[in-house]
Parts: sequence; structure tokens; C-alpha cells
Amino acid sequence: MNFDLTDERQMLQDGLRRLLRDSYTADAQKIIAESDTGYSPKIWDSLAEMGLIGALFTEKQGGFAGAGFDLALVHEEMGRVGAVDPLIDTAVLGGGLIAACGNDAQKALVEEVIAGTAHLALAHGEPTSRFDLSHVQTSATRNNDGYVLDGRKAVVVNAPNADHLIVSARTAGDVADRDGISLFLVPTATKGITLRSYPVVGGGLAAEVTLDQGQVDTGALLGPEGAAFDALATAHARATLAICAEALGLMEAIRDLTIDYLKTRKQFGVPIGKFQVLQHRMADVALEIEQARSAVINLAGHVDAVPQVRDVHVSATKNLIGTVARQVVEESIQMHGGIGLTAEYELGHFVKRLTMVDHRFGDTMYHLERFIALAVA
Amino acid sequence: MDLNYTPEQRAFRDEVNGFLKAELPTRLSDKVRQGKSLTKQDHEEWHAIVNQRGWLASNWPVEFGGTGWDAVQRHIFEDELTRAYAPRIVPFGLAMLGPVLQKFGSREQQDYYLPRILNGDDWWCQGYSEPGAGSDLASLRTSAVRDGDHYIVNGQKTWTTLGQHANMMFCLVRTSKEGKPQEGISFLLIDMTTPGIEVRPIVLIDGGAEVNEVFFDNVKVPLANRVGEENKGWTYAKYLLTHERTNIAGVGFANAGLANLKRIAQAEQSGGRPLIENPHFAARIARVEIDLMAMSTTNLRVISQAAAGQAPGPESSMLKIKGTVIRQEINAMARTAVGPYAMPFASEGLEEGSNLEPVGPDYAAPVTGQYLNNRKLSIYGGSNEIQRAIISKAILEL
Repeated sequence: MNFDLTDERQMLQDGLRRLLRDSYTADAQKIIAESDTGYSPKIWDSLAEMGLIGALFTEKQGGFAGAGFDLALVHEEMGRVGAVDPLIDTAVLGGGLIAACGNDAQKALVEEVIAGTAHLALAHGEPTSRFDLSHVQTSATRNNDGYVLDGRKAVVVNAPNADHLIVSARTAGDVADRDGISLFLVPTATKGITLRSYPVVGGGLAAEVTLDQGQVDTGALLGPEGAAFDALATAHARATLAICAEALGLMEAIRDLTIDYLKTRKQFGVPIGKFQVLQHRMADVALEIEQARSAVINLAGHVDAVPQVRDVHVSATKNLIGTVARQVVEESIQMHGGIGLTAEYELGHFVKRLTMVDHRFGDTMYHLERFIALAVA
Repeated sequence: MDLNYTPEQRAFRDEVNGFLKAELPTRLSDKVRQGKSLTKQDHEEWHAIVNQRGWLASNWPVEFGGTGWDAVQRHIFEDELTRAYAPRIVPFGLAMLGPVLQKFGSREQQDYYLPRILNGDDWWCQGYSEPGAGSDLASLRTSAVRDGDHYIVNGQKTWTTLGQHANMMFCLVRTSKEGKPQEGISFLLIDMTTPGIEVRPIVLIDGGAEVNEVFFDNVKVPLANRVGEENKGWTYAKYLLTHERTNIAGVGFANAGLANLKRIAQAEQSGGRPLIENPHFAARIARVEIDLMAMSTTNLRVISQAAAGQAPGPESSMLKIKGTVIRQEINAMARTAVGPYAMPFASEGLEEGSNLEPVGPDYAAPVTGQYLNNRKLSIYGGSNEIQRAIISKAILEL
């Protein structure tokens, strides 16, 4: 049992923290959030240059780390500065799926992801799938030239920036079956694929993706036909860890901002942090954030375990993070008062981003039900 | 980062398990599992067995007859004892007074009292709280006035846990009214058979009487029974409280309570199916289980800091709050789970030697009492409000 960082991770954390602190000032945050891409290509390049993206992949995949604790470390630091870079979409989901399922030609794209020169998005969720991973209505029909893709994908984060999409589509079975789901790696510019792009609350871009007679060749198939579910589940488990760690970083940033405010804001002649009613609320927030840290550690330590064990931790952690996130957001705004609602004050960006965490990869309610089902089974 | 025990720690856990399988009397573990009250003899029997193995003083250094274990080993030991439904090691002599005597006691006090604690010759109780001094402990008023080679003690202590079994008390008394309240307190060792001491039980809402009031009327205590310097008792008392805070999260108790709750919810029927399948009840259980999974790791994080030589810091205040909230929620759910069979008043049925048949299912008899009794968890050892004040000052620096 050991909760210390290894020397390598300590170096990674120090370097990353320095780079992010220099890159993400409060102003930069706004510029980036209002840019065309929803993130800063300049910062993305510097992240790639320092090898950060490679830390999310194993040596065999072309990276240098890639364990659960590496994912957690990187994303916690990203969260601390409120970073909006599409690391989860391009690297954890996109790069992760190609590294796991791709043939040699497709895997060349992983190198580009690590080098920071390619962007990806996973087009999996659909307008009525909510968080059900096996719900795929989009169809892939075999023809002489390969497959024809038809259907609609919802809230595909980073699709407007992506050179390639990974599209899930059904080659067999009914809409909710685990079997019969296939993945296709296709250029975003493929004929028959149209994007309706929009900004996302808290930073980044997404799109509703329509597939209308999208013709792809057989080389676009990513992994074996009809058997993509397990790979999707693994990628989502890792992405859940990443977003939970990011949430932890966001919580820490919000906690520090709020404590600063409690110490400096005066009312009735004293700093408001001298009022016991606020001290006790802040103490509760701080202790729940320690619980959130423990939950992230639990998931980081089990994300590579067998699915039965892994998924208990995925659901336990995502549920706890969702519960604590809401408390942190609402209490921090309340303790700030009116200033906490203004777009100008930096708290706003952090609370928006943290609020959105419960809307990806399963929310608090979804994971509570799943935890019950897994714990009883 | 490694969430697993080392091979040495796993081997140690197996060794503890082997000992428990061989030496823990079923009669005792049955009583603990069924929530029955333990007698003084039960506690003494178990202490003797653990002492025979050399493990009774799990938090003492080897030179005083302890195990010399680090914080992780102590955690493993306590965790395995709880899982096996062993009686808890009574903390007053071993966990509380022992470390104070080792650090601040005279050589004579160490040589005399420490072996007696190990051998079970003395049963200690804690004389801290008073009717007017609860969370504000330093406002205590029980007085000790010098008279030759004795102190004359007058006043009253309260909430004295298991004082009815005790022949000795370590006691905070006021020896000076000068300066700050903390500066006039001394730490005395008082023989409970001294004339002028009266112990009266306080019956609690669960029907039991584990706590007492202790009255002192001109009680003569030899000067030699003072630990350390006069008026420095607050320092020693605080040192004791940091030791009281180890294992404060009660993870083992929470795990045992949760397992018991699931058994009850499996056995109870609601709407023609097991209660555990009721989605509302299942959701409550799942929430507390998820919270407990995280707290177990929070606890291990604090323990591994302690094993690296750092004293338990203000983080233990977080564990105190979270641990007690979780245990109280489990107690509340167990009471809910048994439905109408929470109502029969079962105090007598839980006493040793009772021939009363339980009214409802076996598991229902203790739950109301445990729920009511464990409201104490968020009050004693520094109430949860005091813990929030500690977090606020020591961690958040507000």
C-alpha cells in the first residue's frame, strides 16, 4: 500500500503543472473559450511537445505510461486550471479505441494523436440512447463498395475539430443488443456525413452528426464486425476515470477560490470566513472533496481490472463525483453570493465545466442504478 | 501508487486471521454478532487471550511490552478483529492512558501501572467530561487542593464510560484558577475505592447503562499519583486525544454493519419480495456503500501518512465526521429494515443469561437500541461540530 507518486509521475506532474500554470491565466481561458476551435491550438501543441498526450498511452501503443494513475494525474492537473483541450475525445476515447482495435494502417493515426497533429471524436451516443452504451440504432449496411452508414449521432464532443470520426453502427441485432455493434474510422469530410456544430457549456465544441447514405469502404471497419461493445466499454471506463479526475481538479480549484473569497470578503466588519455557519459548510465541502479524491484513486487502481470489478468502481466513482460536484458547485456559488453568478468572475467557468461532468458517460442516477445491478449480481 | 498490501502485510493479515480462528471463543463472537451486551468478565477473558499472544498493546512500543507495530499493521489488526466479531479491545488503559504514561509518566508510574494494564489487574476509566464541560473541556471545575502529601479532590465527572467496572480513573482536575483555563489543569490517577467516591449509573435511551456519573467528596489522592507537572495536565490530555483519534473512522464497524444490514434486507419481505430489491431501499444502501468505499481509501491514505511517521493530523477530523455519519445512516437503515419489529423493547433479552425468546426475528432485537445508542458517535470524542471547527481552522485556515 502506497499513496505516493512514483518519481516519474512526480516529474510529469511538476512539468505539467508548470506548463498549465503559464498557459492558462484567467484571460487565456476566455480567449480560448471564445475561439473558433473551442480550445487553443497553441496550448495543444505545447502539451503534445512536452509529451503529455503520450502519457495517456502505453509503450506498446507508442506512448510512455498509460496506466490508470497516469490518466488520473494528467486530467486532475487539466481540471485545476479549467483546461478546455479535447484530451478525452481525441486521446482517451479516439486514440484509445484505435490503439485497442485498429489495424496497422489505422494505428498510424495514434502516432499523429500523440504528436498533437490529429483530432478525433467518438460518434456513439444517439438522440434517444441517453447513457446506454449498447443502444445503437445507426445502421451499417453491407454493399459492394463496403458499408453504407445511416443514422444520427448526438452531442458528439469535438466533432467540429476532428479530422476523423469513430462512428458506431449496427451491423446486426436489435437496437439495445450488445452484439452486432461495429466501429468505423471515417474522415469527417466523408460524403453523406453532415455536422450541425455548436459550443458546449463550459468550453469545447460538439455537433449533431447526421449520416445519410454515408459510403465507407471495408478498410474503415475498426476492429471485428459486430463485436465492438467490449472495446467501447473499456474506452468509456477510461474516459470516465479521466473526467472524474478532471472533476477533482476543478473541485480543488473551486475550493481554493472559495476559501480565498471567505478570507477577503468583508461583511458586518469582518471577513465572512469568520462566521461559523460558513466555516462548517466549507468544512463539509472540503471533506467531500477528499472523498472525491479517494474515489478517483479507487477507480484509477481498478480501471484495468476485469470488467466485473472495473465496472463496480466506474459506477461507484462516477456516482460519488456527481454527488460531490453538485454540492461543490452550489455551495461555492452560495458562499460567494452574487459575484458567483457573474460571467466575468473566474469561478463561473469552473462551475459550468464541473456541472457538465454529470452529463457525460452516465450521470449520478444512471451509475447508482448500475452499481446496484452490479453489486447484487 | 499501489492500493494493495505488500506481501509482508498480507502475511501479517493471515497470521492475525489464524490467531482469531484458533483463539477467539465462539461464545464471545456470537454475542458481538448478535449485538448482546458483554460483561466485564467477557472483556477480561478476551484481553487475556490477546495478551497471551503478545498483541494486546498494539499501539505501544516494544520496550513497554507492546507490539511496536506501525499504523498499517495496527489497522490490519483492528480490521480483522472487527470482521471476526471479536470484542473490541477496551481502550481506556491501553489506547489512552498507556501512551500518556510512556511519554509523561515517572519511571515508578510506568513500572507499576503499565504491566498491570497488560495483565488486566486494573480497569481504567476516563475522568474528563463534567456536567458543565462537554465540548469546552477546559472549563472543567472539579478541584484538587494540596494538603500535605495529598490532593483533596471535590467535584463531579460525567459520561464515564464503563466506570462501573473500573477500579482506577485517570482524571483531569483544576489545580489553579490563575491564567487561561487550560493552564490550571492537572492529570491525576485516582483509586476508585478511595472513600468519598460515588459512582451512579446513567440509564440511556436504549435502556442500557454504559455511562456513569462519578462524585468526589473530599477524596484524598497522593501527590505521587499526579502524572507530570502540576498545571500541565492539558498538554497530556491533548496528547491522549490524538491517540483516541486513531481508528476514528470505524471502517471495520461500518463494514460489519453494512453486511448485517444487507442480510436483514435480504430476509425481510416488502410487497412480496426481499426488501433489498425495493429500489428506494436499494438506492439508500448503494449510496452509503459508495461513500464507504471512498472513506476506506481516505482512511488508508491517513494511515499510510501515519505509518510514514506523521502524527494523525486534522485529516482525522474529516474521518470522524464521515465515519460517524456513515455508521449512523447504517443504523437508521437497519431500524427501518425490520419494520414493526423495531418496536418491542428488548433490553433484557440482550443481557447475558436471558432465557427470553426474542419477539421477532433474532436480528431485529438489537437494532432500535443500536440506532439510539449510536447517536453518541457524532457527539463524543469531540462532537462533529467541533471537528468542523478544527477543519476550518487547521486545514482551511479560516
